[in-house]
Amino acid sequence: MFDGVRKRLNAFRKEAKAHLKRELDEKTLERMLWDFETGLLESDVALPVAEDIVQSIRARLLGTKRKHADDILESALRDALGKVLSAKDFDFDEYIESAKKPINIVFVGINGTGKTTTIAKIAHRLKKSGYSIVIAAGDTHRAGASEQIGIHAKRLGVKLIEHQVGADPAAVVYDGVQYTRARHKDVLLADTAGRLHTKVGLMDQLKKICRVTSPDLVIFVDEMIAGNDAVVRAKMFNEVVGIDGSILTKADVDAKGGAAISIAYATGAPILFLGTGQEYDDMVKFQPEWLLDRLFEE
Amino acid sequence: MLDNLSLSLQNVVKKIAGARRIDPRTIDEMVKDVQRTLLQADVNVELVMGLSTRIRERSLKEKPAPGANPREHVIRIVYQELVDVIGKSTDVPLSKQTILMVGLYGGGKTTTVAKLARYFQRKGLKPAVICADSYRPGAYDQLKQLCEQINVPFYGEKDSDALTIVKHGLKELKGDVKIIDTAGRHALEADLIKEMKQIHKLAKPDQNLLVLDGAMGQLAGKHAKAFDDAIGITGVIITKLDGTAKGGGALSAISETNSSIAFIGTGETLDDLERFDPDRFISRLLGMGDIKSLIERAEESLAAEDLDVESMIRGRFTLKDMHRQLEAISKLGPLKQVMQMMPIGLGLEISDEAYQVTNDRLSRYKVIMDSMTNEEMRDPRIVGSSRIKRIALGSGTSLEDVRELLRYHKMMQNAMKGLRGGKFPMQKLMKRFKM
Repeated sequence: MFDGVRKRLNAFRKEAKAHLKRELDEKTLERMLWDFETGLLESDVALPVAEDIVQSIRARLLGTKRKHADDILESALRDALGKVLSAKDFDFDEYIESAKKPINIVFVGINGTGKTTTIAKIAHRLKKSGYSIVIAAGDTHRAGASEQIGIHAKRLGVKLIEHQVGADPAAVVYDGVQYTRARHKDVLLADTAGRLHTKVGLMDQLKKICRVTSPDLVIFVDEMIAGNDAVVRAKMFNEVVGIDGSILTKADVDAKGGAAISIAYATGAPILFLGTGQEYDDMVKFQPEWLLDRLFEE
Repeated sequence: MLDNLSLSLQNVVKKIAGARRIDPRTIDEMVKDVQRTLLQADVNVELVMGLSTRIRERSLKEKPAPGANPREHVIRIVYQELVDVIGKSTDVPLSKQTILMVGLYGGGKTTTVAKLARYFQRKGLKPAVICADSYRPGAYDQLKQLCEQINVPFYGEKDSDALTIVKHGLKELKGDVKIIDTAGRHALEADLIKEMKQIHKLAKPDQNLLVLDGAMGQLAGKHAKAFDDAIGITGVIITKLDGTAKGGGALSAISETNSSIAFIGTGETLDDLERFDPDRFISRLLGMGDIKSLIERAEESLAAEDLDVESMIRGRFTLKDMHRQLEAISKLGPLKQVMQMMPIGLGLEISDEAYQVTNDRLSRYKVIMDSMTNEEMRDPRIVGSSRIKRIALGSGTSLEDVRELLRYHKMMQNAMKGLRGGKFPMQKLMKRFKM
């Protein structure tokens, strides 16, 4: 993870040490920063985000002595990224524990990011902690979707609320909310069909689901391997339904890590979990510090 | 599709086109713009740097071809360099063959398998599909349902391993083109890669197509290479290009695997798979327009009697003609796709909402016309206020809607007359669409 950034960071340190006493002039700084930005881009940080980060570093580095450049760079970078990554202090487990039950959580995202698998993982995790779970099969569109989630629900021993193919997903989720309340269950996990953020009608449908069932949390599921598009779609989903947190999947695929920065930047919401494999236990809590430490390893 | 990449590259082209002279400074600026555009499109960083260095060098060193002005010279170099990277599209013969589909999970493999089957079906061959994804729950049902939609023979077993399924499937299924869907996997899962190799050995496919998410970032090249090392990739299919993703990852994928792009996925329905044409693709990137693919599409879906261009231009453009025209447009596919194939300046700056509005409007027009009599369709001039009332009632629309339709028809009629004179007021038409 972050190989590109790390490489550049080390080069930067080396160069800064070469002429300890000299001041950093604008030209050298520009070159170094461009190198560094390239490193961010290689790690899949989206271009606008990378530019923003570099901009905030530039302001702090200009005119400083080379001797200090290394430290300043590191602290500036930690600040910039830290601000992005811990956008809101929010702990998923604490929230589930303290919030008023039943809790309605809706999962949204584009096609193929792993929403359904993620819901199964969350259900598994919450069930292990002793909560009672209901899943609403809100993907009434994709062929095979309700079979997929049905198999997960059966394996996990969780009640599944479903309608027939083509039904109104808002109605499915609404039924889920009613059921959860009536049976005094703790948490409803609502699946939705994957949709591209450019499909106006489908985004309206998502708006309707949220309007009708007023979810306590809207969780955006995206993948760690996404490139520049991650910012665009995270932003669009955030504008339409308001994202409370994100889960990034496919983190085991040798991902570069930049998507986490891009998505946190675009939504201003915390990253909650990383999906790290195909099994139900393959999900870890996201720790901003962990990611930052990876970045600064020498 | 590829909206942002095309748009920003178009800006670059405009910028050069606006510059009076080509000097080192203009070129540097331009190269930086090209870099940013390509990076934002998820093209691999190293690839971008190499590309931009060559563009800079060639622009300065090479003499413009005789007769070409300096601007055309630079545009041509950018174009040529992109052609070099993209290469030719993968040759997918329309003959008996076996195709193995591989890729990461969630890239759209299963949907693409069905789309590909539909593609061969449309070309008059008999495709058959095998589901060898024995891991993901619901994969079997998904592919089975998709195949039922298009009446394509399907083979799958719910509780067997992938190898057994492929073995049985190849024996059981009859058809010209056998397409094997496999489970999504990534390069670090040793046992899944081993399974893929075994399937490959057993099925002896003619093509190994890699399905690649259009939004995939810098990892695309490395990822593609791992698949290539295992079984050898013969072509790439880029999916989800109907979103805002730009598909730049594909460029790294093909340069890493020495393969090329075969198809692009451009929508949710099973017809939304297009043959990849590099020349056309780059033309579109550079904003040079792409009427060719529009024409091809039209040839596929329209029979000759659908559009009587002659009579339209002759000025006898009746409501009937317009009705037929609207039918024809909807047969061409979503309006957005049709518009995007038009050259620069026509369709590119219309927002999604405007498309939606236009689509709604066109279908409302059709409904209204369905409530008219033959006489009215032939000569709309006889439609007075009492007829308008009847039509509005009959079609469940308002009086205003019917009047709007009549105004629209009149405008189209005038436009057609204009066409006869060689001038087509497209701008005016587009304005009309947008309101």
